[in-house]
Amino acid sequence: MAHVALADRGQALSHPHSFITKYVWSQDHKVIAIQYGITAIAVGVVALVLSGIMRLQLGFPDTFSFIQPSEYYQFVTMHGMIMVIYLLTALFLGGFGNYLIPLMVGARDMVFPYLNMLSYWVYLLSVIILMSSFFVTGGPTGAGWTLYPPQAIMFGTPGVEWGIILMLLSLFVFIIAFTMGGLNYVTTVLQARTRGMTLMRMPLSVWGIFTATVLGLLAFPALLVSAIMMTLDRVLGTSFFMPAMVSMGEQTNYDGGSPVLFQHLFWFFGHPEVYIVALPAFGIVSDLLSTHARKNIFGYRMMVWAIVGIGGLSFVVWAHHMYVSGMNPYFGFFFATTTLIIAVPTAIKVYNWVLTLWRGNIHLNTPMLFAIGFIFTFIHGGLTGIFLGNVVVDLPLSDTYFVVAHFHMVMGVSPILVVFGAIYHWYPKITGKMFDATLGKAHFWLTFLGTYSIYLPMHYLGFLGVPRRYFAYEGIDFIPQSALDLNTAITISALFVAVVQIIFFYNMIWSLFKGKQAESNPWGATTLEWQTPDTPPIHGNWGPELPVVHRWAYDYSVPGAEEDFIPQNVPESEVDKAAS
Amino acid sequence: MITIVLFIFAMVGFAYWWLWRQRVLEKPWAKVGPELDTREEIGRISSAAKTGLMFFLAVVTSVFALFISAYFLRMELPDWSPVMKPEVLWINTGLLVLGSGAIHWCSKAAASNNLRAVQVSLFATGLFTFTFIYGQLMAWGQLNDEGYYLNSNPANAFFYLFTGLHALHLLGGLWVWSRTTLRVLAGVELEEVRLSVELCRTYWHYLLGVWIVLFGMLLST
Repeated sequence: MAHVALADRGQALSHPHSFITKYVWSQDHKVIAIQYGITAIAVGVVALVLSGIMRLQLGFPDTFSFIQPSEYYQFVTMHGMIMVIYLLTALFLGGFGNYLIPLMVGARDMVFPYLNMLSYWVYLLSVIILMSSFFVTGGPTGAGWTLYPPQAIMFGTPGVEWGIILMLLSLFVFIIAFTMGGLNYVTTVLQARTRGMTLMRMPLSVWGIFTATVLGLLAFPALLVSAIMMTLDRVLGTSFFMPAMVSMGEQTNYDGGSPVLFQHLFWFFGHPEVYIVALPAFGIVSDLLSTHARKNIFGYRMMVWAIVGIGGLSFVVWAHHMYVSGMNPYFGFFFATTTLIIAVPTAIKVYNWVLTLWRGNIHLNTPMLFAIGFIFTFIHGGLTGIFLGNVVVDLPLSDTYFVVAHFHMVMGVSPILVVFGAIYHWYPKITGKMFDATLGKAHFWLTFLGTYSIYLPMHYLGFLGVPRRYFAYEGIDFIPQSALDLNTAITISALFVAVVQIIFFYNMIWSLFKGKQAESNPWGATTLEWQTPDTPPIHGNWGPELPVVHRWAYDYSVPGAEEDFIPQNVPESEVDKAAS
Repeated sequence: MITIVLFIFAMVGFAYWWLWRQRVLEKPWAKVGPELDTREEIGRISSAAKTGLMFFLAVVTSVFALFISAYFLRMELPDWSPVMKPEVLWINTGLLVLGSGAIHWCSKAAASNNLRAVQVSLFATGLFTFTFIYGQLMAWGQLNDEGYYLNSNPANAFFYLFTGLHALHLLGGLWVWSRTTLRVLAGVELEEVRLSVELCRTYWHYLLGVWIVLFGMLLST
């Protein structure tokens, strides 16, 4: 029976031959993924350096004359915005999403390759606009990454001249880029899956990226809307968000606007954004744990339901970021409840990861170390999230380092550990070379322990009531000398962790040229991307025939089978049964 | 925020219903073989372009629902004073209805391979839509003459914002329309433009719906 594979319908790929069309204006999802990845990581390094400068000021106040308060706030703002949007969102969806979706669902490419290429170049434009704000009069905005009005556009905030405008413009452009990419990822998952690839046979990585993309498509408009309205307030003098106020002794032209309205819009984007980053990480870490523990993922269906459940719930928790904004206190009760409810599917996922490890044949490869490290940091950050989700606990802690610690554990360290794990895991497929495992493990242990020594003490600072956002802490009575000493120690750890990342970059670049040739499936994984005829996969991914999927993505250590994994495209008749 | 929350609830509800229809309750490890893939039985498989457009319209709806949420929240504050609604908006609404009708006619004509009707209806679509946008600009001019400036009251600002945003989306549609028209004029087979015309039809109907919601909201407040 001839069956036209769904993914092959109406798809004719022309293979480009010139260097430019192959590697620069490329429409190949794998090349676009690498472009996204390298750009995101490069801009992430900028943000890492900014955080190092911030820590220098906090750890050694009055030592570095080049860090003045306004620069400090500019660095805080840029660090936050870059890390959340331009690094994590772009890397998980534009990078891993682009690379993994077509390969994992058995497609030749994204369904709209041209749009996909455009998505990357528009993203690059948004990064260039953002970076250009370092070089304009007044520098980048120092409004904090949440850009709250009125201060974000009032005289006195650094970067009010051009920085804030460039920031808003850059976000606007980024959202256009994301929408172009996002439409691609979603449509590819829905339309281009190969024969046999039912939704419930998709690897959890695809589920995570797919759901996160849907969240992004529905939530980024909130950022777009607030950016448009704030730009109008700043440039044309409307009063959407700007109340009547006196600045520098003069009555401004603004009248009657609502800063809380901005906060609602911003966090309506901002909270789903947490899950836009977290869900791909959840999915990827599930696949890493299952592969390297040689055991099927515990509770696959529950994992899928948890992902889509979290996706739905993530839209009704936004105001837990606003307990101190002066909104109606009854809202606080509602949003605290929904916040605690969303902890349930999240906890289910954590239990299932741990139960996947239970009695597994655990191979402590580099990607596995990062995946297990993620479980630690995520549980840690998740538990402090339960503290902050409750209004009465949040109120005293909201303005302290406890929030910084929580946020960085759950949304900084955890996804970044997954990013590293994923890069190590798929590096052999992407480059065709093996990385140096010893360096990889050293990178893990130094990063993992190093980040703990940064953020664990911060919780303690938070309990002491040390306020976040401050430039300097001298002469504040309730802050003891020990807290200042702790800040110095945190700074040393932070700089240490930053420098340690050189190991990672060295390993990646050295292995690219000198690493030994990788086999096509070095980890013995079941998913389709490891079954390509070429490593690294060429344009079009598969040979003349698309793969046909016979089983789910987690047939590890199947009783009776000779090998401890059965790839998804192996039919039952070809499974070598061990003589029994 | 009620508008956007209701919209999101509708989206999430639809997504869960759709997933349920895709048998996400089944145990994927229990059965082996490609025959389990029953996508063609479960539901109509539409083209990638149509699916992509549906998601794009969801994104656009999200944008408008958020602006509408912001509109209602901002309206409650004391400095709000309603904006004048120029009479020309009624004419414009009629023009947009005609534009939407023309593209609908066009897709019917494309389906029945009637080249002459496709040409006429495509031309009519463009004419009505451009006139609509011109009419919206006239409305802006009238408001400006009457002293309803963008920054003098939030109601004015929202009016300019809604109409401007809606017109921008129409311009995006007109870009696709112009490419389709050029291809028809260049004499390609009607079969090759049928999909573009269908996508345009969906998009025009959608933007007509958005305009009616926005216009109704502006009139009633």
